[in-house]
Amino acid sequence: MAKSHKPVVWFPFAAGGTVIAFFIPVIVVLTFMAALGHVPAGLSYEKLHAFASCGLGKLAIFGVVALSLWSSAHRLRCTCYDFGLRADTLAATVLYLAAIAGSVAAAAFLLRI
Amino acid sequence: MSRRPLIREVPPTSWFFRHPRYLRYMAREITCIFVGAYCVLLVVALQRLAAGPEAWAGFLQGLRSADSIVFHLLALAAALYHAGTWFNATQKAMPLQVGENFVPGNVISGAHYVVWVVLSLAILFFAGVF
Repeated sequence: MAKSHKPVVWFPFAAGGTVIAFFIPVIVVLTFMAALGHVPAGLSYEKLHAFASCGLGKLAIFGVVALSLWSSAHRLRCTCYDFGLRADTLAATVLYLAAIAGSVAAAAFLLRI
Repeated sequence: MSRRPLIREVPPTSWFFRHPRYLRYMAREITCIFVGAYCVLLVVALQRLAAGPEAWAGFLQGLRSADSIVFHLLALAAALYHAGTWFNATQKAMPLQVGENFVPGNVISGAHYVVWVVLSLAILFFAGVF
């Protein structure tokens, strides 16, 4: 059987693409409203803190952030190549490490809430 | 007769201007820059939320700048373009067979759009937007 590390990269990429498609637009709308000065009730400290305090909320937030980060990192790696940057190993290492670091940071912040 | 291998010259940094299809592909690819940047903003938001009410109020206040509004518009456009192209691709990525026949592609993509709209409205509702 041929061994490949590709599924490890690919599965979170596909999952992340789906998560971005379903959830990121509406989350952007929420913070966009905050940017315009109309903070939605759900983004108040009490509401958001309560949501991030329960286990399911933590899991949902972590899933969205970590999968979206990984998917973006993988696509950014491909984009670097398409724009003529041929140092793929370097781009992959830097971007995947950044995505992992972002996910670990997100998990650490969530556990602190 | 000497062997003359075909060498196709492909400019590595400007190949995508050759065909509108390549341009659409690249447009889809560069959405990841804005989505990725927005994810970093989300991680920062979590840090501020964990730091307490004052930090969170400061974060919300920090969002209210012209740069932030422009960034949000770009991120929103990128996220919507990603979502649309992603749902359009689902019918190719996961064709669905029922009995002898394949479910029409438009039905598969359409179902994704419907779920997307319902999910988004539900999230807006639970976030107290309306």
